[in-house]
Amino acid sequence: MKVLIPTPLRQYTGKQSTVDLGPGSVDDVLRELTSRYPDLRKQLFGDDGRLRKFVNVYVNDEDIRYLENENTLVKPDDTMSIIPSVAGG
Amino acid sequence: MALSIAKPEWMGLRQHGEETYPNECCGVLLGTLDSDGAKTVQAIVRCGNQRSDSPHNRYSIDPHELVRIQRGARERAQDIIGFYHSHPQHPAHWSPTDLEEAHWIGCSYVITSVMNGIATQTNCFELTAENDSKSFRDEEITVR
Repeated sequence: MKVLIPTPLRQYTGKQSTVDLGPGSVDDVLRELTSRYPDLRKQLFGDDGRLRKFVNVYVNDEDIRYLENENTLVKPDDTMSIIPSVAGG
Repeated sequence: MALSIAKPEWMGLRQHGEETYPNECCGVLLGTLDSDGAKTVQAIVRCGNQRSDSPHNRYSIDPHELVRIQRGARERAQDIIGFYHSHPQHPAHWSPTDLEEAHWIGCSYVITSVMNGIATQTNCFELTAENDSKSFRDEEITVR
């Protein structure tokens, strides 16, 4: 499966815009990703170890919050997108 | 650093703010980011403002829309390099809410002031981070 890395996080992935990883749960994929790129961990997870609120994770076109959160399964042909939120006043 | 944008895209994001007045507009800047940090806008993508509760002074882009835009951009060898929104009846300067809710470090945030339905000033700010502290830095816009 493929993880799409948004522009601001590429400084932590050696400028890679996509990372190919093995299938598994979203939790497995994020663990593998942050194991490969440890500096990414603080960007994605808060001190409580949970995904930061402004970090959205989609498997293909589905928000994992409406699936099974980090337990959502990611298949070999799936694309997982990490998207920080965009808002303001 | 500087943001380079062609006149049709420049006019397009300003016009978007006039069309949605008195509410805020919002959208995405697609293009390329050079290794020296210079950004070139190749396209703008209009987005809907999700903040139906307070659209005159808040904006939010549906993350699903961003996912689709990011995926489409990648197929055209482009990146999301920034965002734009309007400030109806307010200056073209970032607000505390803009800073609090900005998370795309290194990207550009373009803000257009729309006064009485007419786009006036447009300014650009780059989101930077140092020692876990975010800030907006003035960024020059070059209209080509």
